[in-house]
Amino acid sequence: MIHIGGISFDLDFFLKYLFNPPEMIWHGILMTIAIAIIAQVAGVVLGFGVAIARLSKFAMLRGLAGLYSWAWRGTPVLVQLLIVYTGVAAAGVYRYPEIALGPLLISGPLQAALITLSLNEAAYMGEIFRGAIQTIDRGQIDAARAIGMRPSTAMRWVILPQAMRTVIPPLGNEFTLMIKGTSLLSVIGVRELFGSVQNINSATFKTFELFLIAAIWYLAMTTVLSIVQRFVEARLRRHELPAAATVKPNRSLLSAR
Amino acid sequence: MVLELGMSDTSMERTGGNPAGLQPIVRVADVHKSFGQVQILKGVSLDVARGEVVVLVGRSGSGKTTLVRCINRLELIDKGRIYVDGELIGYKEKAGKLIPESEAAVARHRRHIGMVFQRFNLFPHLTALENVMVGPVRVLHRPKSEVQQEAQALLAKVGLGEKVHNYPSQLSGGQQQRVAIARALAMKPSVMLFDEPTSALDPETVDEVLDVMRNLAKGGMTMIVVTHEMRFARDVSDRIVMMEAGAIVEAGTPEAFFGNSRSERSKAFLSALQ
Repeated sequence: MIHIGGISFDLDFFLKYLFNPPEMIWHGILMTIAIAIIAQVAGVVLGFGVAIARLSKFAMLRGLAGLYSWAWRGTPVLVQLLIVYTGVAAAGVYRYPEIALGPLLISGPLQAALITLSLNEAAYMGEIFRGAIQTIDRGQIDAARAIGMRPSTAMRWVILPQAMRTVIPPLGNEFTLMIKGTSLLSVIGVRELFGSVQNINSATFKTFELFLIAAIWYLAMTTVLSIVQRFVEARLRRHELPAAATVKPNRSLLSAR
Repeated sequence: MVLELGMSDTSMERTGGNPAGLQPIVRVADVHKSFGQVQILKGVSLDVARGEVVVLVGRSGSGKTTLVRCINRLELIDKGRIYVDGELIGYKEKAGKLIPESEAAVARHRRHIGMVFQRFNLFPHLTALENVMVGPVRVLHRPKSEVQQEAQALLAKVGLGEKVHNYPSQLSGGQQQRVAIARALAMKPSVMLFDEPTSALDPETVDEVLDVMRNLAKGGMTMIVVTHEMRFARDVSDRIVMMEAGAIVEAGTPEAFFGNSRSERSKAFLSALQ
């Protein structure tokens, strides 16, 4: 225990819980990762749908998608979360009974969390996809049509692969925000990382140590993610490299200096 | 000005009817097209026979590019008819009425109509080989291994056998345009449309593209070519069609167009080019 003036910091506790986390923290980390991945994947899929709707030739569809995007991006996630969980249950619309999925039991709060984060993310991904699709040169669509591609075939093999190059950097940012955003779920009682840490805190009162540990774990997750993102982006940019440069980087890496 | 779709020798000069009087592979009949208030095509009629090379010339804004884009329905015409291989393009006829075709139906027509663009429009995320393969594989659903052999042969034919694994950004303009020609040929089209294929090229790479087109013409490909390359028009084409303000104003053999008996109009056009 370190004491400096009125400040106390339990270094032993801190180090022990940081490097040898109890099962509850491990569980919290896994929950955080699982929730973030599921909500992000759902957000990407739904967001693509929102983008297609926003680019539709039907004004009605465009309008609805615009409205969706406007509402979900213009309100705080915390408020959305409490409407979807507490509000919806209080109104008697849906009371979130537990759902058994094989050996997994999906609790009410977890259901509400996944729904809210997915729908929220769809609004943001919708904007990102729309922007990316709109930057594709008109001539690409002409060329795809000219070899007999239907709109869906052209989307899959010509437009989307090119749009993904523009989508990946903001998608990485979105996923980072998603990982951090899951910490809000503790308010409705989801046992993700921060919720677990708060639980331990209520038994040990090592608040500063525990919250620091949570912050360090979040930082570790987002750091790993940013490294993965850099690899993916480099891979997507392969075809932009001039012929000579595809050889060069390897050489400088291998050269002993 | 409305042009008759005549087949007789006397009307040929003005309508672009083909001299042999064969069943045309492309038939454009009294086509009108406007963009908003601006009328781009004002009743254009043109028949192209199988194996014929027709060069479209005229000042910019005369409607050449729009005409070519209407033939594969990249633009929907307002009035008139276009047939390719005997099939009505862009519309289906129901009880005497014309109804625009579905995208899927239009896509099926386009499989048989090759097109080469001024700005190549290669798919930048695909290698040269993949650019050529994507049509047969993803549109015709043919087996990859078989398509790959054909694609490699096509790229060799346009002189790019060494560049199959290069991405478009690693190729010169002339090379990219040759890949684009191979990409169109991979669909085994019955007619090839060229929209100013050499206008965006550096002068030193123009000839390599024109050579490929020359060989294609020699091989009997039906071609409709919008170009300002008068040497190509004179040496390769069977017929030169001149457009002005959305209408065909002259059509004839290259000899007639470039020869001593040429009209005042073609004289003025040719001198403006120099």
